[in-house]
Amino acid sequence: MSLAQEYEMLRRVPFFSEMEPARLKLLAFMSERVGYDAGNTLFCQGDQADAAYLIITGEAEIIVDTPSGPLTIATLGAHEIVGEMAILCDVPRTATVRAKDRLVALRIAKDPFLRMVREFPNMAVSIMRELAHRLELTNKQLQAALSEVRSLREGSIPQDPGHPVPRPSAKEPGAPPAK
Amino acid sequence: MKGLAAVATSVEEAQARRQPLPGARARHSPVKAAEAPVAAPPDLEPTIYRFIIRHSWRRQLALLLVTFASFPFLYISLELPKTIINHAIREDAKFPQFIAGLEFDRIPYLMALCGAFLAVVLVSGGFKYCINTFKGQLGERMLRRFRYQLYLRLLRFPLSHFNKTSSAQIIPMVTAECESLGGFIGDALVTPAFQGGTLLTIILFMFMQDPVLGAAAISLYPLQAYVIPKLQRKVNDLNKQRVRTARIVADRIQESAAGMVEIHANDTVKLHLTDFASLLGRIYDIRFEIYRRKFFVKFLNNFIAQLTPFFFYSIGGYLVIQGSLSFGALVAVLAAYKDMASPWKELLDFYQQKEDSRIKYGQIIEQFQPAGLADAALLLDEPDDVPRLEGELSATNLSLAEDDRSRVVDSVTFSVRLDEHVAVIGQSGGGKSEIALLLARLVRPSGGRIMIGGHDFADMPLAVVGRRLGYAGATPYLFAGTLRDNLLLGLRHRPLRPAEYDDPGERRRARQLNEARRSGNIEFDLHADWVDYESAGVSDSEELARRIAEILRRLDFESDVYNFGLRWRIDPAVDAELTKRLLEARQALAERLAADGITKLVETYDPERYNTNASVAENLLFGTPIGPGFELEALADNAYVLAVLDKVGLTDDLIEAGRQVAAMMSEMFADLPPEHEFFEQFSFISASDLPGFAAILSAIDKGGIAALRQEQRKRLLSLPFKLVAARHRLDVLDDAMQKRLLDARRAFRRDLPAEAAGQIEFFDPASYNAAASLQDNILAGKIAYGEADAPVRVPVVLAEVLEALALRPAVVDIGLGYEVGTGGSRLSLAQRQRTAIARALLKRPDLLILNEASAALDGQAQSKVSEGVREEMVGRGLIWVLHRASLARSFDRILVMSGGKLAEQGRFAELDRKDSLTALLIAAE
Repeated sequence: MSLAQEYEMLRRVPFFSEMEPARLKLLAFMSERVGYDAGNTLFCQGDQADAAYLIITGEAEIIVDTPSGPLTIATLGAHEIVGEMAILCDVPRTATVRAKDRLVALRIAKDPFLRMVREFPNMAVSIMRELAHRLELTNKQLQAALSEVRSLREGSIPQDPGHPVPRPSAKEPGAPPAK
Repeated sequence: MKGLAAVATSVEEAQARRQPLPGARARHSPVKAAEAPVAAPPDLEPTIYRFIIRHSWRRQLALLLVTFASFPFLYISLELPKTIINHAIREDAKFPQFIAGLEFDRIPYLMALCGAFLAVVLVSGGFKYCINTFKGQLGERMLRRFRYQLYLRLLRFPLSHFNKTSSAQIIPMVTAECESLGGFIGDALVTPAFQGGTLLTIILFMFMQDPVLGAAAISLYPLQAYVIPKLQRKVNDLNKQRVRTARIVADRIQESAAGMVEIHANDTVKLHLTDFASLLGRIYDIRFEIYRRKFFVKFLNNFIAQLTPFFFYSIGGYLVIQGSLSFGALVAVLAAYKDMASPWKELLDFYQQKEDSRIKYGQIIEQFQPAGLADAALLLDEPDDVPRLEGELSATNLSLAEDDRSRVVDSVTFSVRLDEHVAVIGQSGGGKSEIALLLARLVRPSGGRIMIGGHDFADMPLAVVGRRLGYAGATPYLFAGTLRDNLLLGLRHRPLRPAEYDDPGERRRARQLNEARRSGNIEFDLHADWVDYESAGVSDSEELARRIAEILRRLDFESDVYNFGLRWRIDPAVDAELTKRLLEARQALAERLAADGITKLVETYDPERYNTNASVAENLLFGTPIGPGFELEALADNAYVLAVLDKVGLTDDLIEAGRQVAAMMSEMFADLPPEHEFFEQFSFISASDLPGFAAILSAIDKGGIAALRQEQRKRLLSLPFKLVAARHRLDVLDDAMQKRLLDARRAFRRDLPAEAAGQIEFFDPASYNAAASLQDNILAGKIAYGEADAPVRVPVVLAEVLEALALRPAVVDIGLGYEVGTGGSRLSLAQRQRTAIARALLKRPDLLILNEASAALDGQAQSKVSEGVREEMVGRGLIWVLHRASLARSFDRILVMSGGKLAEQGRFAELDRKDSLTALLIAAE
């Protein structure tokens, strides 16, 4: 897998999709490729966030500590990005991420990433757009969930039980709990 | 003068008053005293002539005698030519002639005389040679003595003096300023005696010819003798000023070097330049004034010298015409006067040189007479055995006043048992640090006294204080050299086991010793073994190594040293056994990595495979460069490398690869500002080179690579050399390219010219690479990029393998060979502090004084070190001045200093109550 392919892969991530090619190539170039054997952790819940990871091959499990022990809440695969929220807003990791099998990821370090965001307004705008998009999605989900709760409280069966419940928190384990 | 005599007397008195210490018997044993290699040094003489006479009067006398003995030969060598001409060559010479009763005809007589002339010239020249050599030797020995005494004085300076005097002023005094004194000392007596004698003889001769003319010839001497010193005095003053100003210049340079950060941070370059220029201007003015006056003295001298012949011609001529003086007598006197000019001039020159030296000497020793000079005997005494300090240390009314008379320690009284661990706390500036300095006798109290085990601390020889006491401060100084040298410093007080020499070495040493003795220098042998195993509590160097490792572990410092060792190199020729074992470790590591299934964490150097974790340059060279010829950074400039690339047909492809790298870089970095940190961190091309490469790229767009100039091709070619396949992940380094680079590697090695063979140590799985570090040798490869585990796991596995093979001590031992740099600059402050504490612990002191000695350590390391030191010092005295009061908790007792006074003392539990100073100090943290 070469730099060019990693660049292609980054381009397809919504988070980066609107970045100028030259910037994104630079980001790919500055990032490190890291391999993990099955069972090794990328980071642990509570760690200081220092990087986001784009999964190139393999799968990663997102695990959250709960009072009843660790709980795997999602599994992510190639082309998915993990931990990107925590590097944007300086909060500790909200979940542990572990390689399920042999995993290769692109490690996008926080400092150069933030520097680029700061220096290239276009990049900031595209990230803002992506975040707004996610917020909108989250809002929708929230509304759906609320109406579900309401209907449960009223003792009635929801109108559309087959409606898939999206899982934003599982997709972005680095994200802070919704405020 | 008087002051010095007083100092000398008081030193003697002090010696007489001093109670002999138990064990300090050396001074009372005459045999021992005669052997004692450290002569009690006399004080500096107040004038250079006293110094000369005191230390070299015998040699000077001998020099005089030899000089006088040479006179007859000089005389004969001048006389013989006259005899040859008058009695052998001239036609009216009578023959036969007689020499010592033998009869000679004309030719044999001429030959005999010429032979005699040759012999006398030889003898006379020989004398001159001997005298000059003798003078040189005498001067150099005296100079050596003088410098030695100055340095000894420097070692006796009170600590506070170094706050006031800069080393930049002291250094030229000991080195450059006294250089010319040596030459003068050789001449000091001989020149005035010789030239003066000659002059006197001539004057005598003139008086015998004619008293009036004789008197006339010297009539102006009194005038010269009066005027010239007067003029000279002014020159002397100027010379003094010149020396002082030159010292200020030296000082200013040192200050600028030390304050370079401030100069740049505050943009005071112009201010400093102006300041320096004004100093240079001052020197110029002084020197110019000196020249004017000096040459005026010369002018005056010449004029007066010519005035005398004026009298001769006028008065003498008048007398001859009058008939009261014979013509012959006038001619003889004139001839004699001409001869007078030379010795007279020599004497005047000598006078100037003497004045110069006198002033220099005076100015130098003036700087070496600070108040509070330590007693030399106290520093140099070498007792037969150094007693342990036992019992109790008690300080009574201990006071220390600063220069401005304010008391930083004010009548403090306390005592500490020498098996007790006491913490001293307080605010900074409250006197706690000064207490430590006083207790280590690094500063002398201005009042009160300290007793240890019933002996007055002030009178103990340094041999006791410096060996039985340990001290470490907050900013310890490390001497340039290895870490080991610095740790062993506290064990090197005197040579204990003589060095072993072969025959020529023995003779050399005997000669050196003889010279040292003749110059009054210390007679110890630097090459002897000075390490005192006994005081470290070990019996040999192996045990010492174990002991050092133990102390390092206690101070949480061992792993640092282990890492130094891994980064260091060894010479397989010297450490053959270790080399063998390290190769075993290489094998063991490979097996271990395989057993753990993590071989991918290290990519080993395989001659048959391209190493994707090494750069293109490293893959081509496939070895470690020795010397500058094949430096990896400049490999693309190496003619042989270029020839190899041509041979295997890689040049064009690498240039193409370079083009791709350049294109990528200029795309990614083009609109970054040139000072952006990404350039430094990530780019292959520096910001300043980017436009050049952009020009190359646009040239290629127009005319292809063929259109490039040779120099542009070279620049492109250099780019891919830095590529690491696994790290940079660029398509240009595909498998095909890697294979061709492998071919180039083989060709490189196969055709390497013989003269270059010594410049590269090739990687070889089976042999040790002397140019590479220990770690590189054991890994025999590169830690893999792109394996998240590798940077953490590999060192751990490496450490485990070394531990299993019992190699860790050897690595630590090599780590002790780490060069610490000037002042320990290659160590962090925390490492320097640990080194200082380890150094103090190693000599097993009876009392250890730590003066905020671990202040640079972080909290966790701090408590570990504290624990380690406490355990080490069980049963012995420990006084620890702490930078944080809460650390005092575990100590036996606490002294609290405030405003120079001892405010509280007692156990922690007693002091840690509401409103106590201790509680306040802890709360303030």
